[in-house]
Amino acid sequence: MKSVYSTLTIAYRDILKFFRDPGRIVATFIFPAIFIVILGKGLQTGVGQHLSFDLLTFTFTGVLAQTMFQSAASGVVSLIEDRENDFSQEIFVSPISRYVIIFGKILGESTLALFQAIGIVIIGLLIGAEMSVSQLVSVIPVLGLACLFGAAFGVLVLSNLSSQRAANQIFPFILFPQFFLAGIFSPINNLPWYLDILSKIAPLTYIVDLIRNVYYSASNQLSYVTVYPLWLDLTVVTGMFLVFIVIGTWLFVRNEKNK
Amino acid sequence: MLSIEVKNLVKHYKKADKNAVDDISFNVEQGEFFAFLGPNGAGKTTSISILTTTLSKTSGDVKILGLEIEKNSSEIRRQIGIIFQKPSIDLNLTAEENIRFHAILYGLFPFAPSFSMMDPKYQSRVKELAEVVGLQDELFKQVKSFSGGMKRKLEIIRSLTHTPKLLFLDEPTVGLDPESRRNLWQYLQDVRQKQGITVFLTTHYLEEVEDADHVCIISNGKIVANGTPTEIKQNIAKEYVLMETNDFQSLENELQNANHKYEKEDKEFRVYTNSDLETQKLIASLHTPLTRLDIHKASLEDAYINIIHDSLDI
Repeated sequence: MKSVYSTLTIAYRDILKFFRDPGRIVATFIFPAIFIVILGKGLQTGVGQHLSFDLLTFTFTGVLAQTMFQSAASGVVSLIEDRENDFSQEIFVSPISRYVIIFGKILGESTLALFQAIGIVIIGLLIGAEMSVSQLVSVIPVLGLACLFGAAFGVLVLSNLSSQRAANQIFPFILFPQFFLAGIFSPINNLPWYLDILSKIAPLTYIVDLIRNVYYSASNQLSYVTVYPLWLDLTVVTGMFLVFIVIGTWLFVRNEKNK
Repeated sequence: MLSIEVKNLVKHYKKADKNAVDDISFNVEQGEFFAFLGPNGAGKTTSISILTTTLSKTSGDVKILGLEIEKNSSEIRRQIGIIFQKPSIDLNLTAEENIRFHAILYGLFPFAPSFSMMDPKYQSRVKELAEVVGLQDELFKQVKSFSGGMKRKLEIIRSLTHTPKLLFLDEPTVGLDPESRRNLWQYLQDVRQKQGITVFLTTHYLEEVEDADHVCIISNGKIVANGTPTEIKQNIAKEYVLMETNDFQSLENELQNANHKYEKEDKEFRVYTNSDLETQKLIASLHTPLTRLDIHKASLEDAYINIIHDSLDI
């Protein structure tokens, strides 16, 4: 029971800290807003007219999955920065297990990412993305999965980085290319073979495709906006999640004391 | 019982070309105020990290409160308190939230999202602790608005919520103004005497170790001096009398006839003595008129600087 209380405490602390920091709240909505408004709306009115699907809605769904993934991942990676600062030092010397630290962090950052989803839906609504109540409800479990998937990816990255400087240099490098390879803003059906390979490796690809499979399930645009069948996305995401979380946690716990 | 037992401890960081902690051994008795003194980079923080089970050792034996560190780390962590070099509190949270999260992580109380929903025992304990250090009016304010001294006080009462038997303080007064520093020490000494907590302190401020029961001076990963502050002063720092005279020959004859140990430099005579009484006798026995007479008493600072210089071969 004590482990449950500790996990809740670590998660709750992340959430409290977020809501006490107005600057951070605003900042988390700026990127998704820029992507959806400028890229989504801009591309739709520019080149989107000739497509058989709405580019704004396409970008909106992509950004939704990407934000959950990225927000949870970078939240977990921030454990590196934290460990020598503020209350995190306390967490690392308290008698709780390292697994509790990881799971508390995943829980907290995933919850925060879901809060962001509300903001993104509002932005989408304001700018005119196609959405219905049933679409939004059906996509909720996928959003939860995207958060956990991102957090697991974060754990794997975290366990391989030794310092905050390394995190700042490497993390964007392994994240930003995925925005394009995963087809958040533009379809990836006709990539040259070398980009196609990279796209198939990028974890973000499958969660973005999964959200569209669910979001467009009742739409006649489904075949234009998705790349893989739903079962394949779900299998790959689940498989990668398990690999990331198991290897990442194992490495993290092992490296913790061996410097 | 011994609170800390360290035997032949070695820490070699990966990729480092020498040991950060190089075969050190020492014991700390229960209830003792033990100080680890040394310049920056001597191996103080490395040692404290190993003792608090956050860093693994390369070799050697370490027992904390009778428990072997490798096998019992979570039991040890439950029984010790740690104050870090850098502040370890969340500025956006209130003082009470910082204490609450600590209490829950240490398994003292079940989780609750607000103070009023916490166990009444917790509520009264927090209020009581806050009153001791005069933080009762600030308890529900965000820590952002606190001064450096208040933050340290908060960290100290937080570290005492789980009633540790052994408290580690890693350079706790760095960055505090002299008044806050003095207050903090008074409070710590108070707590130590009332609750019988063993205190392990690392510092590079000499005045903070004058009251210690035991001082270890560490330099380059090695212990270069070990004892009570008085012992260290006596063993290492030399007391001497500095004299000048216009009649060198006469003074030198007097010193030689009385078998005093001395050094001569230009016009200066430096005569070594071992006690105040010996100094008195020396001065009483001299007849040569002096133009200068200075008695140099050993301070811990001299001892410290001598030791560090010797160990570094500067």
